[in-house]
Parts: sequence; C-alpha cells; structure tokens
Amino acid sequence: MRAVTRPLGLVCLLLASSPTLAEYQLNLEPGVTITSQNAYDIHQIVMWICVVIGIVVYGVMTYSILTHTKARGHKPATFDDNLTVEILWTVIPVLILIGMAIPATSALLAMEDVSDSDMSIKVTGYQWKWHYDYVGEDVSFFSNMNTPMEQIKNLEAKGENYLLEVDNKIVVPVDQKIRFLFTSNDVIHAWWVPAFGVKKDAIPGYINESWARIDEPGIYRGQCAELCGANHGFMPIVVEAKSEEDYLAWLGEKKTAQAAAAESGNKVWTMDELMAHGETAYNTSCAACHQVGGEGLPNVFPGIKGSAIATGDVAKHIDVVVNGVAGTGMQAFGAQLNDADLAAIITYERNAWGNNAGDMVQPSEIKAAR
Amino acid sequence: MNAVVEEHHDHDHKPTGIGRWLFSTNHKDIGSMYLWFAFTMFFIGGALALLIRAELFQPGMQIVEPEFFNQLTTLHGLIMVFGVIMPAFVGLANWQLPMMIGAPDMALPRMNNWSFWLLPAAFGLLLASLVMSIMGLGSAPNFGWTFYAPLSTTYGPDSTDYFIFSVHLMGISSVMGAINVIATIMNLRAPGMTYMKMPIFVWTWFITAYLLIAVMPVLAGVVTMMLTDRNFGTSFFDAAGGGDPVMFQHVFWFFGHPEVYIMILPAFGIVSSIVPTFSRKPLFGYSSMVYATASIAFLSFIVWAHHMFTVGMPVAGELFFMYSTMLIAIPTGVKVFNWISTMWRGALTFETPMLFAIAFIFLFTMGGFTGLMLCIAPADFQYHDTYFVVAHFHYVLVTGAAFSIMAAVYFWLPKWTGNMYDEKLGKLHFWLTCISANVLFFPMHFVGLAGMPRRIPDYALQFAEFNQIASVGAFVFGFSQLIFLYVVIKCVRGGEKATDKVWEGAHGLEFDLPSPAPFHSYTTPPVVK
Repeated sequence: MRAVTRPLGLVCLLLASSPTLAEYQLNLEPGVTITSQNAYDIHQIVMWICVVIGIVVYGVMTYSILTHTKARGHKPATFDDNLTVEILWTVIPVLILIGMAIPATSALLAMEDVSDSDMSIKVTGYQWKWHYDYVGEDVSFFSNMNTPMEQIKNLEAKGENYLLEVDNKIVVPVDQKIRFLFTSNDVIHAWWVPAFGVKKDAIPGYINESWARIDEPGIYRGQCAELCGANHGFMPIVVEAKSEEDYLAWLGEKKTAQAAAAESGNKVWTMDELMAHGETAYNTSCAACHQVGGEGLPNVFPGIKGSAIATGDVAKHIDVVVNGVAGTGMQAFGAQLNDADLAAIITYERNAWGNNAGDMVQPSEIKAAR
Repeated sequence: MNAVVEEHHDHDHKPTGIGRWLFSTNHKDIGSMYLWFAFTMFFIGGALALLIRAELFQPGMQIVEPEFFNQLTTLHGLIMVFGVIMPAFVGLANWQLPMMIGAPDMALPRMNNWSFWLLPAAFGLLLASLVMSIMGLGSAPNFGWTFYAPLSTTYGPDSTDYFIFSVHLMGISSVMGAINVIATIMNLRAPGMTYMKMPIFVWTWFITAYLLIAVMPVLAGVVTMMLTDRNFGTSFFDAAGGGDPVMFQHVFWFFGHPEVYIMILPAFGIVSSIVPTFSRKPLFGYSSMVYATASIAFLSFIVWAHHMFTVGMPVAGELFFMYSTMLIAIPTGVKVFNWISTMWRGALTFETPMLFAIAFIFLFTMGGFTGLMLCIAPADFQYHDTYFVVAHFHYVLVTGAAFSIMAAVYFWLPKWTGNMYDEKLGKLHFWLTCISANVLFFPMHFVGLAGMPRRIPDYALQFAEFNQIASVGAFVFGFSQLIFLYVVIKCVRGGEKATDKVWEGAHGLEFDLPSPAPFHSYTTPPVVK
C-alpha cells in the first residue's frame, strides 16, 4: 500500500495549494436511500477488510525486502513447503469471505425486492435522452441535457452543474417506495443515480425493475452508465425529491401543461411561430447529431443544410422525420414528439441555414401523415 | 559445449533476408516476431490512450469529437488485449517453452508460422478502419472493446464487418498457438520431466492454452452471430426480431472472463520463475501453485455474469455469481502468499526483473482487492461501469500482466541475445514506469467512487482534479516506455556478455544452454532427474 500511495501523496501535496481542494471526493457517498446506504456500508466493510489484509501482506513483504537481502549478507533458507501455513491461509480467507457474504446477501435481497411499491415511473432510454412516464398518471416527457454547446466547446465558462443539468427533471415524492421500470428504444443504456444506489440497464425488448425510497428532499444527479453511442456522456439524469403536497402540485401543473401542448396541434400556425418553435425543438431533439448549424458530422450523421431531403419533396421529409430511416441512427420521431413540434422542426429544417424551401408544414399535415 | 553448438549453428538451414522471417518455422524467430509485434502494438495502443488522456485532461471537448473518442477507447482496448498482452505471452511461450522442457523447437512449427502471420493481417484490418476514420471515410469500431449488441449490430458503423473478420483471424491465430503449446508440452518434454516437474511457467501456459481452446471459439461464435445479424437478416441479438441483446453479453462474457485469466496466468508463471531466482531460494509451494492455477482456470468458467449484475438477472443468479466470484480470491491469495513465502528468508537482490516482479505482486494484489470489492453485488451496483472498474482492470492488466511481460523480457533477454541489458537504464525504466502507473491509475479509484462513468469523453467539474493527475501520469508512463525500447535495442545490438547461467540464482534447462541460446534449442534431449 505504501508503494502505491507514496507517489500519489506526493502529487496530492503538490496540488494541495489549489483552492479547489474541497473537490477531491475520495469515497462513495452514503446517499439518501436504504439501498445506497447498504451499498455504502458493505463497501466500507469490504474495503477496510482489504486494507487490513493489505497491511499484513504488504508489511510481511516489505519486511522481507528490507531484511532478507543478499546485500545484508542474509543466507537463504531452503524450505519450500509448509502444510500448516498453507492450510491456514486457505481456511482463514474462506472465513473472511463468509463474513463478507452474509451482509452482502441480505443487502442484495433487500435491493432486489420491488414489491409493495407506492407508484411507478417507466424510464425509457433513447439515443441520447431519457423519457419518463408516470404510470397511470397521464404524464410523460423527455428529459434532455441542456448544458449549452458553448460550454462544452470551451467558448464560455462552465456552469456549476456542467453536463449534469436537464430541461425537464423528474420530480418524485419523498418517503414513498417508487418503482422504476427500465427499457430502451434503441441501444442499451443504464440509468444511474448514485445517491439512490440505483443503477439498472435499460435494454430494448426487456423491462427491468428497481426501486428507491428517498429519505430527504433535494436534487439528485446521475448519468447514463452504459456506452450508448456518440453522446453517451451527454445524457444526464436529474431527480428532484419533494414533499408529497409539492409533488402532487407539480403533477397537476404538468398535466395541465401537457394538455395545452396537445391542443396546440389543432391550431394553424404562422411561419414565424413555426420557425421560432422549430429552432428550440430542433436544438433539443435534433442538434445532438445534425448539429446546431445543420451541417451534421461527416460520415457519421448526414447534414441537413442543403440536403436533398430538406430542400425537396415535403412528403418525403415528413416521412423521414416521423418514421425514421431503418438501419440507421435516424429515429422515428413520430413516436417521440407531438404534431406541433414535428411540424415546427420540419418547417425550420426547410427554411434555416439557407435551405429556403419557402414552404411550411402545419401540425394537421403531420397528423394526416402519421 | 559452446564450440559444438556454434559449429552446429553454421549447418543450420537458416534462410537469410526477409525469407528467414516470412517462412520461419523456428520457435525463436517466431517468438521474436510475436514480441516485436506486441511491442509495436503497445506503442500504437498507447498512443490512442494518450489521446484519450489528453482529451480528459480537463472538462470540455478540446481535441477530439465524442464520436472519435469512442473509437479511441474501443481500439485502445482491442489493441491492448488482443494485440499486446496476448501476442507478447505467445512470444514468450515460443521462446521459452522448448528451452524449458528440453525440446529442439515447438511441436508444430509450420502452424506456428501461420498463427503468427495471421496477426498482422488481423490488425491490418482493424487499423485500416482507424486509418479510414482519420481520412474521413467512415467511423472505426466505436462500441467499446466489449462490443455490446445492439450498439455493435444494428447501430454499428460499416467498419464493424472489418472488426468481425479481424476478430476471427485473431481467434484462429490464438487457437492454433494454443494447440501448438499443448502439443509441445505433451510430446516434447525431456526424459524424466514429469508433469509435476515442469517449470511453473510451462504449467501456467499449459493451462492457459486449454482456456484459449475452450473460449476463443465462443468469441468466434458471437462475432459470427453479429455478422449474420448485420448482413444476413438474422436476429440473434435484435429484440425486434425475437432475439435477445442480453444473450450477447452472456456469450461474450463466457469468453471474456476466461480471457481475463488468459491474460494473467502466464504472468503468474513469469513471476513464479523470477521471484525464486532473485530470492536464491526454491519456489514455495510448487504443487499448490499448480493446483491454484488450475482452480482459477476452472472457476473462470462459472463467474462470467459478475460483469452483468446490472442487466436485471434473477436474484438467485446474482447470488450464485457473487459467491462463485468470491471463491477466486482463495487460489489467488494462495499464489500471493506463496510468492511472499518464497521471498521470506531468502537472499534478495533487486535487478530490474525482480523489481518488476515485486511491483507485480504489490500492484496485482491491489487489483485483486478491488476485484473482491467489485464481486460484492450490492456494492457493484455502485461501482459498475465507473472509473473504479477502469482502475481495477488497469491494475490487473497494466501493473499486472504488462509488468510481468516487462519483467520477463529483462529476465530472459540476456539468454536470448547473449548480452546483458543496461541495468541502470532498466532500473530507470522501472521506477518511472512504476511510479507513473500509480499516478495514472490510482486516482481513477477516487473518481469512480465519486461517480464518474467510464467511456465518457467529457465529465462534470467535480472530477477534474483527479483526471488531471491521471493524465500527467499517463504521459510520463507513455514516454517512459521509449526507454524500454532503447534498452531492448541496445541489448540486442551488444553489451556485456551474459554467462550461460545469466543470474546467480537461476535454475532451469534454459539456463543450461549457452547464451545466446542456439537456433535449435535442445537437439538432444537433456535428462531430468
């Protein structure tokens, strides 16, 4: 251990004058659920057992390195076997392992028991965002990272929650057993909030379960933990835990807002409205691949700026956006966005960045094309 | 003895020029090619790692795009596993096994030639995809070295098919190499060398070869399923077609976990050869070493799903894989205790091979501790897919497997070349490598526990400091390897003549041969008492 920590300690000393020393988080956080606290406890137990074994093993070895040397004229012994110690160092580890297995088993059984939950939230992974569906509540929405591209590209100062902030966070009540159901629309993702001790893969064709009962109100942040493509590092999770009343108030507001959004698909929009809404919706749902300027990424994601689809037949353009393109990364956005969003995005794509197709698409046309 | 061998040497039908290497059936020439191939790949894979660490030096995207970052991590992993550690061990086996068991050569010399020459073809295909990516002609494999479906199938770039054929070739190469090792050990041992008298390096490679034969076909199977999923309309791993993406992970890790031991068992053999030599004392617990190696190999087949605790297995499955994984700590512990007991009351000296071997024991044990922590399922839900895992397997594979290879090269290089290497430079290489490896990998434990996922090109601000330290360590580590290259070249070209025995405490048939060892090691078998 000493050989390991010595160089590290040196470097740490060198950096000790840095004012950001408080940022050096060394250990797991205990978190705010019984699952995360169990994980923390078992982590501490096993880690300290390893440290003690390490001190003994490395201590013996270091003693031998320092004293049993040719330089000190130590004459080598000739033994090469000793049944007693060999039995001892097989049996003692077995006992230590049994000692670890008992608390580990009870913690695992507790964390895998999803029965008697108070509410359920279905979490669906998409490249590269999360979709949340409050089961039985008629509330569902996408949650995208909203750290500005300028911060990522180092053009402006990074905010406090750089890469760990979203446009729509999920809100949950404290002190209720929340069951999470995980699945995916495309590749495998993993939903992880360290403070809850919940990490579960979201797998296409599967529904996984996990649960959390949050002790304290607060905002908790996490990230996708399974490599899911180019923007794997940019699909964070933000959960706000509130009291029961605050949660219900939020749920009511969310329902009203979603009803209003659905209604927006029935009116006729002006070009300016479509372009304004289209820019926002495009930047949220499309820019991760096609880029804010519509130029795409060469050989990975095609550009929209000047593309045949965005400047050609409208029906084809609508088809591509609504139904996706099989066998490519282009998803079927018809299942993800409402008529107004889709109409605005398509209109925006046809008229931004010098595409100037001049036409606009109304939500009613999307409805007809579905 | 020396004169006789020299005379014989002149009558070798040793081709000259490029033909000597292209058509070689000689275990030493093929061993050298394997080792140089691994060394070259080490620098290529290392360059990719330095790009990764440069991008992660501070938050924000500075050097590469996220898409290219994924290609870097994927190719770094594939190259280091299949292009460095595995070929280097095969190279060491080629050089050492015939000399250690008193044979003239490997049992199947032509197959030996073919198994080597498949490797440049395999890595040519793989690296071609990277070159094309840099030239802007498409993406290289970008789904991680574990290539989980459907990211690698439905969503894989066109170059995935290059990757699949590359893996097929590597697999064929490895299986042929393994058959050769087994045939050699079973048939060409010197009279009197019973199995329980074989040097421990021979034993560990014997067991490793069985692991290779058992699991490389599984890897070939899984990439073939990918190939048909991608090109011939099957749905092995596509949920939409009735397939199962989780089955991919089960099949992959059924290969993958034994693969981990393929990359560490020969290392155990190397350390078990070096420690007694420089302790001037016989290896402690030879037979328990053999049994421990065999137990680890057996257990490696029944622990695979500990890589998959978060996929949503039944709790009974999670418990089984947690318990079976915990068992591995026992034979692994036995090995560490045996090495320490070998050093105990010896007369230690600290030449470069011994320094690397001691660092191996210290640091591999670190990786063993974190491995034990990772197998505890309820805690693994927090560790899984974080930098804690990255730290763990780099301790095992870099300060474990790669250190053992460096130790082996310093240990046997005088036997191979007939010259001593430069001890001062060797020690300089050791200290720089050992210290920088810890500066590089130790902070990864901390960022992992603090919540940084692996395989991300950019990270939240609280991870910045430790990432910066790790990147500094990475660059020192990377450039220190140029010293290693220089020491090896210098030793090949000349230097103080090595004695036949090379090391004062050396034992084994290879040290009865002259230095450099003759082209056809033992033309008449020695008799082992």
